[in-house]
Amino acid sequence: MTVTQQAVHQDSGLTSGDGRGVSPAAGPSRSVPDSRRWNVGDLVFKHLTMLFAVGVLSLVFLMGYEMYAGSALTLEKFGWKFLVTSTWDPVQDEYGALPLIFGTIVSSMLALTIALPLSLGVAIFLSELAPRWLERPLSFLVELLAAIPSIVYGLWGIFVLVPWLRQSLQPWLGSHAGFLPLFRGPAYGFGMLAAGLILAVMVLPIIASISRDVMRSIPNLQREAALALGATRWETTKVVLASSKSGILGATLLGLGRAVGETMAVTMVIGNRADISASLFNPAYTMASVIANEFAEATTAMYTSALVEVAFVLFVVTIVLNALARLVVWSVTRRYRTV
Amino acid sequence: MTNRRNVLLGLVLLAAVAAPVFGQLKLNGAGATFPYVIYSKWFDVYHTKTGIEFNYQSIGSGGGIKQVMEGTVDFGATDGPMTDDQLTEAAQKQGTDVLHIPTVMGAVVATYNLAEAGNNLRLTPEVLAGIFLGDITKWNDAKIAEINPGKSLPDRTIIVAHRSDGSGTTYIFVDYLTKVSKVWAEKVGKGTSVNWPVGLGGKGNEGVSGLVKQSEGSIGYVELAYAVKNNLPYALLKNISGNYVNASLEAVSAAAASSAGSLPEDLRVSITNAGGKDAYPISGFTWLLVYKAMKDKEKAGAMVKFLHWAMSDGQSYAKELYYAPLPKDVVKLCERKINSIVVK
Repeated sequence: MTVTQQAVHQDSGLTSGDGRGVSPAAGPSRSVPDSRRWNVGDLVFKHLTMLFAVGVLSLVFLMGYEMYAGSALTLEKFGWKFLVTSTWDPVQDEYGALPLIFGTIVSSMLALTIALPLSLGVAIFLSELAPRWLERPLSFLVELLAAIPSIVYGLWGIFVLVPWLRQSLQPWLGSHAGFLPLFRGPAYGFGMLAAGLILAVMVLPIIASISRDVMRSIPNLQREAALALGATRWETTKVVLASSKSGILGATLLGLGRAVGETMAVTMVIGNRADISASLFNPAYTMASVIANEFAEATTAMYTSALVEVAFVLFVVTIVLNALARLVVWSVTRRYRTV
Repeated sequence: MTNRRNVLLGLVLLAAVAAPVFGQLKLNGAGATFPYVIYSKWFDVYHTKTGIEFNYQSIGSGGGIKQVMEGTVDFGATDGPMTDDQLTEAAQKQGTDVLHIPTVMGAVVATYNLAEAGNNLRLTPEVLAGIFLGDITKWNDAKIAEINPGKSLPDRTIIVAHRSDGSGTTYIFVDYLTKVSKVWAEKVGKGTSVNWPVGLGGKGNEGVSGLVKQSEGSIGYVELAYAVKNNLPYALLKNISGNYVNASLEAVSAAAASSAGSLPEDLRVSITNAGGKDAYPISGFTWLLVYKAMKDKEKAGAMVKFLHWAMSDGQSYAKELYYAPLPKDVVKLCERKINSIVVK
């Protein structure tokens, strides 16, 4: 996560490009004598670092393989049905992960829907509008949000967010927007809405701080050019936003990655019920939560296998999301190189 | 200076050599979280008394069973007995049988949040099963009103709360529902996690009690000890003899006493829905899992001595820690089991 995060910083640091073309590491020039070209220390260092790099890669593959192998039983018994059926019954050894996948995706999407506009607002203010004396402490505070342990968010969710939802927001939504299937049903407080809101608070600092960095790295020339053409402040901001669009998208996908994998805080407020329901008031369940909840007491082989397969699905989803983020960021840097 | 360093070195060497000889015997165990409080008390007291050290990790019943089957611990602990399949597998892997030794008892109570009803709400097995099956959805349902004359029950939706994590507490609770309700047995069944027909899931006793405390009109289940310590109201439950019984340590011991005559040879039994007029019906044993044939002679001796101590002096610590002690008849059966432990 941090690695990718840094990568986004670098790659979207549009002024430096991707480094390959200009860096001195591109290869020793021909005039250097052989003895200096193949220095033993350099060779050892090169291979050592390569070993580390390959080690990281093989770790990912090994993890993937282990989870795949660990879920052999359910893969064989349920096949694709595992992904599309919705009974989760450890007593009968019947497992279908659809409600879990649904819960993970919907809670994450809900979080993004809420967090994206907010984080963009924060990022625009910090990079374009805030005076210097305010910008520093504000940036620090936003980044501090990311450092709060998720269990603390969970407790805050139980003691503050959930009661507020039950007593205020949900009854209000129910009476004013109850014609939508999204806001129907009894107000438990615990449920999909609580999970989405708490995830929104958790991904906000990630999206906001990366977007701010991306927007800051847009060369001032662009802003000056826009202003010189008679653009207003807002129009200039739009130019900056347009240039950093892909970087912001990458940041959003990283936020999504965090939301998909978040476990503790979600488990504490989502109500833990493997159901698919249109209403955000109803309890739901996520892939990460089911593993956290049930793995310790999973005694039968089939049960363990089902949970490992859930982990495998989650792993694949996370990898796909991160790959998408890289792809988007890569596409923007390439475009800028040709400009 | 050199001299002092040599002395120091000598001492370190001596300690290294002597450690295995004078080293204290240490037994490792893992398992259930429910009896953790009394086990750590026992191990502590026993350590100061005899110098034998027990290292117990409360990782959950399922984990305890797994570790016993893999042979990575000297003993395990569980709230739900091992299944026949698990016992066979353990016997194959470890080359010896695994014994279930009951140590203390606990109970599960139905805690609720209904201000109008006050304390001592009465429930029958049928009503309890009905609520958790989602058949009874309102507090003023005729079936609840009928057994609670004089209580004003509101027209409020019942919110069911259950454990979301796998747990021995869940096992005892659904084991009881399976015994008293045919519909439950067919639709849901028993296990450490089940497919709940209705309700919200909370993690741990604290998760469930958090759900119940916060939601008006809710009902959930927690361990008796947890409910007592946290002053949660819980329902009186009608037992098989037709009495409404308040869950108390005495009522739990009574449940075991009334089943003592019919306990099977391996003591691997559920005593939910026990007879006896004062018996609280959702009671259960918690077991230590020990190998019948132990490899290490010293460890075997220490284990047997400890178990005898736990059955006698150990029982006196139970009540202050909110566990129900074993009745005398059950202790006798346990003693016989303990005496059958041998060195391989």
